[in-house]
Formats: sequence, C-alpha cells, structure tokens
Amino acid sequence: MDFFANHILSAVLFTPLVGAILLLFIPREWELAHKIGGNIFGVLGFLVSIPLVRWWNHGAGKFSFEENVAWIPSIGARYHLGIDGISLLLVMLTTLLGMIAILSSWSAIHQRTKEYYILLLLLQTGMMGVFVALDFFLFYVFWEVMLVPMYFLIGVWGSDRRLYAAIKFFLYTLAGSVVMLLAILALYFYAPVAPGATRTFDVPTLLAAAQNFSDPLKVWLFWGFFFAFAIKVPMFPFHTWLPDAHTEAPTAGSVILAGVLLKMGTYGFIRFSLPLLPADPAMRSNIIKIVILLSLIGIVYGALVCLMQKDMKRLIAYSSVSHLGFCTLGIFALTPNGLAGSVLQQINHGISTGALFLIVGVLYERRHTRLISEFGGLATPMPNFAAVYLIISLSSLGMPLLNGFIGEFTILQGAFQVSKAWAAWGTLGVILGAAYLLWLYQRVMFGTVTQPANEHLPDLNLREMATLLPLVFMAFWIGIYPKPFFALIEKPVQKIVEQVNPNFYQMERAKLAPAEVPAASVTAEPK
Amino acid sequence: MHIPFISALRDYLQGDGRVILPEIELTLFGLGILLIDFTLGVKERYWNAGLALMGTIFSAYTVWRLRIPVSVNGSQYGFQESVIIDPFFLFFAALFLAATALVILLSVKFLEIEQEQEGEYYALLLFACVGMMFMASGYDLIVMFLGLETMALSFYVLTGFLRREKRSNEASLKYVLLGAFSSGILAYGFSILYGLTGSTSISRIAFALNPGSRLASMVAQSQEPGASGAMMREYLAQAYPAALHLDPYLLTHQLPVLAAAAFVLVAVGMFFKVAAVPFHQWAPDVYEGAPTPVTIFVSVASKTASFALLLRLFIFVFGSTQVTWMYLVAGIAIASLTWGNLAALTQTNVKRLLAYSSISHVGYVLLALVAWDEKTGTLSDTAKTGIAYYLFAYLFMTAGAFAILIVLRQKGLIGEELEDLNGLYQRSPSAAVLLLIFMLSLAGIPPTAGFMGKYFIFLSLIETHHPVLAVFAVLYIVPALYYYFRIVVHAWLEAPGEAPRPVMSSAQAVALAVTVFVTLAAGLYPEPFTRFAQYAFGR
Repeated sequence: MDFFANHILSAVLFTPLVGAILLLFIPREWELAHKIGGNIFGVLGFLVSIPLVRWWNHGAGKFSFEENVAWIPSIGARYHLGIDGISLLLVMLTTLLGMIAILSSWSAIHQRTKEYYILLLLLQTGMMGVFVALDFFLFYVFWEVMLVPMYFLIGVWGSDRRLYAAIKFFLYTLAGSVVMLLAILALYFYAPVAPGATRTFDVPTLLAAAQNFSDPLKVWLFWGFFFAFAIKVPMFPFHTWLPDAHTEAPTAGSVILAGVLLKMGTYGFIRFSLPLLPADPAMRSNIIKIVILLSLIGIVYGALVCLMQKDMKRLIAYSSVSHLGFCTLGIFALTPNGLAGSVLQQINHGISTGALFLIVGVLYERRHTRLISEFGGLATPMPNFAAVYLIISLSSLGMPLLNGFIGEFTILQGAFQVSKAWAAWGTLGVILGAAYLLWLYQRVMFGTVTQPANEHLPDLNLREMATLLPLVFMAFWIGIYPKPFFALIEKPVQKIVEQVNPNFYQMERAKLAPAEVPAASVTAEPK
Repeated sequence: MHIPFISALRDYLQGDGRVILPEIELTLFGLGILLIDFTLGVKERYWNAGLALMGTIFSAYTVWRLRIPVSVNGSQYGFQESVIIDPFFLFFAALFLAATALVILLSVKFLEIEQEQEGEYYALLLFACVGMMFMASGYDLIVMFLGLETMALSFYVLTGFLRREKRSNEASLKYVLLGAFSSGILAYGFSILYGLTGSTSISRIAFALNPGSRLASMVAQSQEPGASGAMMREYLAQAYPAALHLDPYLLTHQLPVLAAAAFVLVAVGMFFKVAAVPFHQWAPDVYEGAPTPVTIFVSVASKTASFALLLRLFIFVFGSTQVTWMYLVAGIAIASLTWGNLAALTQTNVKRLLAYSSISHVGYVLLALVAWDEKTGTLSDTAKTGIAYYLFAYLFMTAGAFAILIVLRQKGLIGEELEDLNGLYQRSPSAAVLLLIFMLSLAGIPPTAGFMGKYFIFLSLIETHHPVLAVFAVLYIVPALYYYFRIVVHAWLEAPGEAPRPVMSSAQAVALAVTVFVTLAAGLYPEPFTRFAQYAFGR
C-alpha cells in the first residue's frame, strides 16, 4: 500500500496506458471485449484517482504526491510529477470525463472498436501527463504525444470532413508547440547553473530562476509560450481549428476535446505564462492589454457567431471560444478572484460543455444529423432528455445555483476589481450566452414535433443517464456548495498572485479596515 | 615455429594493419562472396547475404575491440598519419556497419522478387562500406578521396543494379555524371589546399590555415640567414618539412583568399554528396530509380559517410575560419530546409517524397554547424552531440521507413506510390503501426529518436544565440508533419484497394524490429544513446 501511496500519480497516469496495452492483445473481432475492457479501464482510471482527493493535504500549499526520478541525466531531464490544487481539479476532471467519454461510445462506435478504445486510453494518459508533469521536458513530451491519438480519433471516426479537420487540428497545435519548445529551451539555457553541474528542466526551479531574468527576455519567453497555449485554448484569432475539430470528431472526442484538451492551454497560462510576465509595469500592462483584448473579443465574437450556427455541434464549439474567453480574462486580471474563478470555470466548462456534447451525441445517434432545423418539439417524446438538457443549458449559461454562475460571477468580480470596462464586456458575453443557449433549446425542444421522424424518438436509456447524471450532479454541487473547490484552489492562486501581482494584496489592505484584512494576505505579508 | 609469411602478416597486423583491420575484414568477405558466388545454385544465393552479414559482424566486433586502445592511448594513427582511429571514426564506423547490415537483411527477398540475386550485389555493399569507413578514418586528403570514390563507384553500380529496369539505368547514369562532376570539384578544392600548404595531411593543412598558428612568420623566419633561421629550419624540417618550400608572401597575403576558394570548392563537392540545396537534383531521381534497399543505402549510409568527411574537413581543417563560412552554411541549410520541405509537399511517389524530406534533414544537420561556441572557438558541445545524434536517429528511422516499402514490394506490386499504401492498416496492422512510428520520428514528434536529434540541434542554436535560425528550423516541422502524415493518411485512413496482404520475411522482420526498437528507445530512454553520440566527439 505504501508503494501505491508513494507512486499514486504514476498509477493514475499510467492506468489508461496499461489498459491500452492490454487491449492490444484482444483479437480484432471481439468487439464486445473491447468495449468491456475499455470501460473497465475508464472506471479504473477514475477509481485510482479518488485517493488523490482523499489523501489531499490542504495545509501543504505546494506540490503534493511528488515523484522525482532521474530520466535523462546527461541533459538534466527528470521524471518529475506533482500536483497542486489546480492540477488536482484538472486531473479529476480528466479521469471523470475520460470515464464518461468511454461509456458514451458504447453504441456509437461500430468500426475498429479495438483501436478506438486504445486511442481513447492513450489520449487519457497523454492529457493527464500534461497536468502532472513538473519537468519541462516531460511536459513537452506529453503535450505532443497527446496530439497523435486525437488526430486519429477525429480522422478515423469523425464525420464527413474528418481528414481536413484532423490535420488542421494537428498542424495548428503543432505550430504553437514547436515555438513553445524553443521557449522551453531558452528558459533551460538562460537559467543560471552552478559551474560543472548539468542544467535542469525542473519546472519550479526554472520558473523561480526566470524571476531574475531581464524583462526583454521574459517578454520573448512569454510570447514563445503564449502561442502554444493561445492556440490550445483557443483564443480569438487562433480558434479556427476548433469548430472544425469539434464538429467532425466523434462524440467522445468532442467531450474530451472540449472538456479536457482546451484546459491544457489555460493550465499552461496559469502555470507557465504568468510567472514569465515582465516586472516592468509598462511592458506588463501592454501584454495584459493585448491578452485581455483578445479574451474579450473571444467572449463576444464567440457568442455572436453561436447565434448564427445551423449545426448544433458547431454552435457548442463556438460557445467554447466564448467560455474559454472568460477563463483567460480571469487569469490575466491577475486578481485572486479572477484566477480562482477562472480555474473553477475551467472545471465548469468541462462539465457543462462535455455534457452538451453528450446531449448532441444522444440526438445524433438517434437521427444521424446535427442540424438544428431537423429537430423541434423533442420535449414531447423525450421528457427525461428535456429535463437533463435544460439543467445543462442553464448551467452553461450561468444560472444561479448551478456551476456556471459561480465561475463566471467570480471571474467578473475579479475583472471588475481591475477594470469596470472589462467586466462590462464580459457581462455582455453572459447575456449573449443565455440568448444562444436558450434559443437553441427553444428551437430543438419546444413547440410541436416538426419532423415525423422525431415523433417516436426513444428517451434516454440507462447508459446515457449514467453518462449525464454525474455531470448534472457536479453542476449542482459546484453551484450550491463550491467551498471545497475554492478551498483547493485558494492556496496555489494566492501563491501565484503574490508572485506575479504583489501590489494587489497591499492595495486591498489599504482599502479595508485593519480588522477585516483577510487571513490569507496576513500570512503573505513580508516579515 | 617461424613461417616468414605468417610473421610478416602478424607484424603488419600489429603495426599499420591494425588501424585498417575492420576494412580488411570487409574486403576479404567481399572477395569471398565473389569467389563462392560461382559455385552457388539459384536456390543457394542466400549464402551470399549470410556471408556479407558475417563480414559486417566480424568488422563490427573489430571496431568494438578498437575502442579499448583508443580509450587507453588516445587516437591511433597508421600509414604515416594518413589513417586515424579515434572515437569519431568508431562512432561512424558503427553507423556504417549497422546500415550495411540492415540493407543486407532487407535485400534478400527484394532481390529474389526482382530476380537479380547476383553475389556482386553483396560484395559491392561491403566495398561501399569499406569506402565509407575510409572516409571517416582518413586523415589525409588522398585517403579521404579514395574512400569517397570507392564508395561512390560501388553506389553507381548498385543504383543501376536492376538491369532490366529503365528507371534504374537512368538513375545510375545521372548519379555517375553528377557524382563524377562533384568529385571533380572536390578534387579541385583538395588540389588548391595542397598547393597552398604543400601537404595532404589534415593536421598540417589545419595548422597552415589557422591564422593563430602564425605559420607565415615561421616560414619567413626560417628563410632568414643566421642562427634563429637555422633553428627554425631545423624545427620545421621535423614538424612540417613541406613548409620549408613555401612562399611566405603567399602565406601572408594570398592565404585567406585561396583558403576561401578551396573552402567553396570543397563545400560544393560535399554539398553535392550530402544532397543539400541547390546541389540536390540528383537525389530524388536516384532515390526513385535505385532498388529500394540501395535507396536506403544511398540515403542513410552515403549521406552519413559524406557528413563524416564534411565534418572532418569543416571542423578540423576549416574550423579556424568558421566566421567567414558560417553564413554560407546557414544559407545552404535554410535553402535545404525550405526547398526540401516545400517540394516534398506535392510528391506522390513515396520514395521521391522521402528523398525531398531527406534533403530537409540535411538542412537540420547543416544548421548545427552554425552553432559555434565563441568561447572555445570550436563547434559547441551540444551541436556536436546534436549532429551525431541526428545522423544516428536519421539512419534508423529512414531505414525503417524505406523498409516498409520493401515489405510492400510483392510480386506484381511495386508499392512505391502513395496509392499503393492505401488501407495498409487493414492489410497489415503491424506494418501500419511501424510506419506511423517512423513518420512521427522523421517529423520530430516525441517520444522518438527524431525528436531528440532535433532537440539537440535547436538547443545548440539557442545556446549560440541564433534564435532566428532556431525559429526557422522549428517552424519547418509543421509542413514536414503535413507531408509525412499524407503517407499516414493513405496507410491508415484510406480504404484498401485490390492490393494483396504484404508478407514479411524473417530477415525483413529482424531489420524492422531493430529499426523500430532504436527509434523508440532513443526517444523514450535517450540516455545511453546520448552518451554514444557524445562519445563521437570525444566526450
């Protein structure tokens, strides 16, 4: 048991990989065995990750469950894993959505089932590796490795324009990440090193060393990392791969893509980009202005484009652009609220948008079309579906008591502390979000049944319920009692804000009466 | 017992012969193949391949044993310092032997299908390998040139080995003409070097070309009358006899210009051999026309050998003047990257596509030559590791990729067009998986050998403050991935046509297993391979 406890992150990371390797040995014709095997390892992957939460030590405030073994000593790359509260949430989201995505494919995938489950499991390991790696070299390996299974998921099991979408996804992401590779190498090279010692790729060490870099170098490094993350998120001008990839991917692919893959970008911003912001106020505010501007454009533009869509999946894909705009807005507001809200909103987006893609998948399996005009009045034949869909729509558009509200509200609060205009534009996005999601719901669900084919659509079956209900439950949990989630995020966020925006806590304290100084910022005070 | 012949042989093998023992063994095996080939029936021709393989194994064992004296006593010289055994040679010899062994393994079934099972084929493979090893061990312009020509002549014949095939003949003729032309240019460069320094020895030429060694003033001093002149004469007669006849005026005033001219000629000759843009035109035609195992040999072994020669010349001979030629090499590298990658985008023949991609790989290796460490005045350590690692990785991943094409070659199916790969996944899943791994490695996606090679080269560019070149180099990964994935798309995502299931022979399976093992292992656990690459330049 001790061994397991000491290597829990490796266990979580490689459970899907083990599953993929075992599936390799099942003959190609045994379709059922692939499905069962895939699901067993999906569930197992989630179960193995539960001890992470059970054993979580809230007091630590630094990386937990660390594992650090030499890997390539001659260049100083190590197998270094570790998570803080932010990555814990993302890892849990990955295992949960991974399990759900695998379950949701049961009846959707009929050809090449073996490869399908192998690739889903490989993808799972690749994405998780990005969140748990604390070594830049290891991080980059996972970051790139994950592209290959996703390429095949879109390319083999996607719909009509799958080849185009798959290669576009691959090339866009690759273009960003190769530039990031150079930034990583520059960080590696410019970090001071004791004479005679090998250089290191250790993330905490390098980011600490980066604090002493000259501002122009930091700016270069920031932009080097920026493109990789901005394409992944995706931020406004780099988003064009996303609608194609989401629309063409199979349901499980879209769920993973929206739920987890996009979070790799925002995670990268929080973990790597923020510490590289230059110290000089003018340089910094230039960068912040650009990024915030792109985020706000993303929020509003994404929402407006949603209003025009004819294809349900494309609509939800563009809604991701808008929602992820909130996340980047929160991150680059550089306030504790903005950051905490952003992290929570990433989880929320994973839950809500993941569920929305599942819902489209449910309809697609029944009708083999995603065009909004093909549906109408579905509430009559599918009452349970209507209820779940409504809850998820409301959660996505930010209805109080559901998860989206908490995230968006906290982000806007954080943005408001910096600039009222930012918050105002963000709010416009919330309003538009309500418009496109409710309008979509209205067109698809309300009224009389417009198409004869839709009259006798079967309602959700047990398996579909099993995929959707955990997400509905999470939506309510975060919406009603988000405290445990904020408790996880609080310490790492505070650490980041202290590091990148030290003025913030001083300014806040000046505004408050001494008795009301938040406990957190007292500990942050220099002695 | 004293037998004159045996004792003379023993003396030879303990003296000069020792440093060329691996080459001697290969030659003997090659001659042995030529001898027994007459006695073999059509069904017994595989003995030729077996014998050739044995030759490479013997030679590899000798190379392996040679590392001990090298590590104990340092570099070993032979034949009046015209052959050198140093880690650089041992590293490259290992690569050549590995490539030769892979090609032999992949040739057996291919020649059977083509019905060209002559023993000369294997003998020529071994002779080419001998030539390559002399290119790496030559420490004298003459030996280098002889090695180069031995290799090249063997290749001209091998390329045209499919006598009944028009494309093969055409490729061979093109290769001969352009190869002879480039060898001529190279020889011209060598002759200027000789005329300038009065010596063909690498170390003396390097000494003469290095402005820091002040040869001109030494020569001038030696021609003065008096005691100091006599002392210098005595010294030079010991260290560099040819210098006594040099003209000090020429050395002071003309040397930079003539050295530059020599460099340009040598560089052009070498760029021809490694197929760098704009001297690459022969490569796609030769790759396409040659029998596929020979294509592997041309693309990996001959390129690696030419790089060994190029590195020896550029680093040891022209190293002191790097500042002046850096921009030329950088320009050629960028041109190779650009043209190689762009031209590959539109190819429909896999061999041609891989030919253009190999041109872009040359660009990457050449870029590393720009990464000069200003403090030590030599190639930076990372760049050295990078070049060695890249060539090592390139050998195995390219051989693997072509090996898939060889597996596809069945009776009645050429299997070289992109369409021929259609539905490979349904026909042979293992071949499709291997193909994917090789393509990822060629494109430079981790965790594969190809990524590690690129990693070192990018790092060396960053270290030596060439960020713009680094950005160029990384961005070319994107188009590269696109055309490599055109191959993957055909193999994985297109529906299979009428083509039969490829059947792998056991020799092919061994070759593929080795290449895929190295490609993956050098990406997942690069430590031992990194040390091997560092060993090449004596670290």
